[in-house]
Amino acid sequence: MTCLETIQAYALRSIGIGERLLPRSDYTLCDQFTLIGSGMLWNIYFGVFALLSGFFLAVAVAVAKDSRNPWLRRPAEWFIFVFRGSPLFIQFFLAYFLFLQLNNLEIFGVSFEGKFKWFTSAWLGALVVLFLNTAAYSGEIFYGALRSIPKGDIEAADAYGLSGWPKFRKVVFPTMLRLAWPGYTNEAIFLFHATALVFFSGFPAWQQRGDALYYAKYFADKTFNPFIPYPILAFYYILLTLVIIWIYGAIGRRLNRHVPQEKRRKFRFRPQYIR
Amino acid sequence: MSLYGSVGTVLLLLAITAPVSLLFGFFGAMAARSGFAPLRWLGKGYTAIVRGVPDIVFFLFFVIAIDQALEWTRHKIKCPDWSEPIRQGSDFVVCDAAKLPLSTSPEWVHETYSFLIAVLTFAIVFGAFAANVLYGAMRAVPRAQIETAEAYGMTNRQSFWRILVPQMWIYALPGLSNLWMILIKATPLLFILGIEDIVYWARELGGTKTARFTDYPHGDWRMWYFLGLLAFYLAFTKVSEVVLERITQRLSHGQATAAGEAQRKATS
Repeated sequence: MTCLETIQAYALRSIGIGERLLPRSDYTLCDQFTLIGSGMLWNIYFGVFALLSGFFLAVAVAVAKDSRNPWLRRPAEWFIFVFRGSPLFIQFFLAYFLFLQLNNLEIFGVSFEGKFKWFTSAWLGALVVLFLNTAAYSGEIFYGALRSIPKGDIEAADAYGLSGWPKFRKVVFPTMLRLAWPGYTNEAIFLFHATALVFFSGFPAWQQRGDALYYAKYFADKTFNPFIPYPILAFYYILLTLVIIWIYGAIGRRLNRHVPQEKRRKFRFRPQYIR
Repeated sequence: MSLYGSVGTVLLLLAITAPVSLLFGFFGAMAARSGFAPLRWLGKGYTAIVRGVPDIVFFLFFVIAIDQALEWTRHKIKCPDWSEPIRQGSDFVVCDAAKLPLSTSPEWVHETYSFLIAVLTFAIVFGAFAANVLYGAMRAVPRAQIETAEAYGMTNRQSFWRILVPQMWIYALPGLSNLWMILIKATPLLFILGIEDIVYWARELGGTKTARFTDYPHGDWRMWYFLGLLAFYLAFTKVSEVVLERITQRLSHGQATAAGEAQRKATS
């Protein structure tokens, strides 16, 4: 097979389009690049949707944690502690088996048989876990930013007669976002790294449709040679990281466009490593 | 019984990895600030290499890489007259005497060997993180302290060991305690490395048991076992938080930092 044919056959293999059988022998560099890249589609899918949906819950959690009402504050604190204090790996396992149990649950004669079928597959179940997880981590970041909004900004808003929702929408929220943005960029990068765990926990890869790490491990297991697939994976991840930094940098510049150059908070690559 | 043993495995891993990776980190940081350029590059490269790529990739990579490196070295030493290439297509072939562990050795040797490889992997990865933290801490010690040491006529080595090292810990502690939390949360990765740890046993024992194979049949309990694990990790994190807070208090004593100053004012 030429490289072009390989790309045609395997570029969308991870979502079930193209050749059914994975290459069995004579693995070329092209095979490995194509399949691992195809797996990256899943990592991007998980990362993008978890970040987009998690953002809203994160803002809600941050505001709740900052609230004076203990009925709002306590649940938010617990939510953040549970998801930040335990390994994501265990969370994946727990969620998977929880959804399996819910599948054959029966309460007061009402059967939930098969109602949670979608949740036991990775594309939804793992997404739910990542959504909650990123909401907890970014909620903590937003909470920190909420606490460090300059007192003068709030006082100015009060002086203009703003209160309640208009104050939050026009002053508190934009400032919070601006201050939290460097931290949130790091969170986004490490959420994408965390997506590598999905197919290593309970969630099964159906018909060998897995993510990038799944295919990298496939090649490493078949060839007993970790020195080719893992560096390829690393290459893809570094590429992805650069793209994220670029996109988030553009948004960050837009959020900061009214702030003098030297007062802007700079993004620094500060890894969370493992979650 | 094995379940309790596996909790011990996790604790043992933490107990060994923490000091070893601290040692790795210390030497990494020392190398990174060395005056000898190649050593400095080595130190900087070591700290830089682990960033930007998911940790789990390193855990998968290092285990095979270390294993093959050891077998390759032993192969070169023990079987110098072996003519066939080691990499035959997609196979990795070494002579029998170079196999690690030897195929004749008992099972516990195999288990200990894979555990040690896991510890080494953890130590390398976390050593790089620790090197980063310690390097920053060494630079955070006020410059005036070193200058005073030099004014007293101490050599570079003396001022490093007597002034810099005792003072740097308070600056390193926030980073190191963060690392400790991360290390706790990384222990389930042992399962990926193929060691029978608590995740393995939770899956094994929680799975459906039928009356045919065991005296204690039960349904699918894995959810409850993992809920237990979650609680275990949360409790562990909470306890560590409290203990680390104590250590911070203790280390701030008499330091030229805001916390140390506050303690001084409180007592006098």
